[in-house]
Amino acid sequence: MIEVQNLYKSFGDKSVLRGTNLTIDKGESLAIIGQSGCGKSVLLKHFIGLLQPDSGDVIIEGENIWNLSQAQLYKIRQKFGIVFQSAALFDSMMVAENISLGLREHSSMSGGEIDKRVKECLAMVNLSGIENLKPAELSGGMKKRVGLARAIAMKPDYVLYDEPTTGLDPISADAINDLIIRLNEQLDVTTVVVTHDMVSVYKVSDRIVMLHDGEIIFSGTPAETRETDNGIVRQFIEGRAEGPITTTSTLTS
Amino acid sequence: MNLPVAPPTISQTLAKVGRTALDFFAEAGAATMLLFRILVGIKGLWKDRKLFFEQALRLGFNSLPLVLLVGTFVGAVTAWQGNYQLKGYVPLQYLGSSTLKAIVIELGPVLTGLIIAGRVSASIAAELGTMKVTEQIDALESLGISPIRYLAVPRFYANLLMLPVLVTLADFIAMMGASFVATVLLGMTSAMFWNQIPVFFDVYDVIAGLAKAFVFGAVTALMGCHVGFSTRGGAEGVGLATIRAFVWSCILILMSDYILAMFLF
Repeated sequence: MIEVQNLYKSFGDKSVLRGTNLTIDKGESLAIIGQSGCGKSVLLKHFIGLLQPDSGDVIIEGENIWNLSQAQLYKIRQKFGIVFQSAALFDSMMVAENISLGLREHSSMSGGEIDKRVKECLAMVNLSGIENLKPAELSGGMKKRVGLARAIAMKPDYVLYDEPTTGLDPISADAINDLIIRLNEQLDVTTVVVTHDMVSVYKVSDRIVMLHDGEIIFSGTPAETRETDNGIVRQFIEGRAEGPITTTSTLTS
Repeated sequence: MNLPVAPPTISQTLAKVGRTALDFFAEAGAATMLLFRILVGIKGLWKDRKLFFEQALRLGFNSLPLVLLVGTFVGAVTAWQGNYQLKGYVPLQYLGSSTLKAIVIELGPVLTGLIIAGRVSASIAAELGTMKVTEQIDALESLGISPIRYLAVPRFYANLLMLPVLVTLADFIAMMGASFVATVLLGMTSAMFWNQIPVFFDVYDVIAGLAKAFVFGAVTALMGCHVGFSTRGGAEGVGLATIRAFVWSCILILMSDYILAMFLF
């Protein structure tokens, strides 16, 4: 379980998170939606301590990650797989090396076992046979899928997706959505997807929360989200330029 | 129409100076903290020896052609100008020993250090800076791998150990260049050039020159890593990081050269 308690984070004069509270249950598939720049990715990076809050707590399975030593924090991170917005593949390494890096660092698996696991992960994301390619040789969709293969290589309990479909054509985006659902079922993981792609949100999540002005202002199932009369949520899911978001947002410098 | 711009007030100027000073000390503090963590990180270097040797090859061995080329010309010009300065005052037979002293004590370490600042420090900053802005550093962290251990420690120690090797080779090739100029262009015999060298040769000079090289190796790698890790923005940020790493490395090389000279000689 991930618990975020009263999280505040500012960058210079810009206040991004303003007392954010969120609880994510084990096995859940949660989507965090919100406008571009509202702090979704910032919130996600707090889950594994990639960003340090100004105040507030992040509690993973009962442990406040800010009370841990660096070694303990790194141990906790091994329970997470994260798919970055830009895929963030190590461009000096081949695909196989990208996927196997965590295993080589943290597991006692032999070289043969690691190679087998790399092949398994690539097969799961439908990219068998590209072990020896460099990231520069891959398309945007392939990079995201290799990023996903890297994220699941260490059999994490939680998989975090930062804008998994951004920048992809609709067909590739849908393939990624299918993959998220399939991996969620096969691996029995807790999934958190940060996105503003509502097609993706409705397809992959069983709960949706909306981040607005640094706070979680809505939480509900996809059906509840579709039916909500919350004006801010309605404007966002309907993609209207005019509405309460554009007139009331106070997330400013 | 351009409106006249009011000159800054004294308080605005003071505030700007204060902010710049604070930024400088914050930067110096962050670089010192990184140095401390890299020094502590030496205990994991044996485990990461593959990374270390990769970097030693990349940063050290691949710099060899450039270092040797520059060394040749440094030696040649030192001999040529030495001849110009000694002529009429000191017998030319002392050209070899004075050239050796100049190269081993000062020119070899400093000029090699400056070349490495341009080639290695800037390249480390560009590489790590690109990794920073493309979230690859975050990706390493998310895999439970310390970027300092995985990226900075091997680069730092590889550069620290390779620079003295490069300086030794540069010193040697510079003396060859000097010997060439002395014998072919200045009309000296080879014996004239080399014979006085053992008389004035002091092994302490070599040790002091190599001590400088160690420090310059540390400075260039540290600035490359520090600037790389603190890169912000996109391609523009990486470009600026490259320049900053080079400029700071050069400044620190020249400053530390002066301080070391005071202690060593």
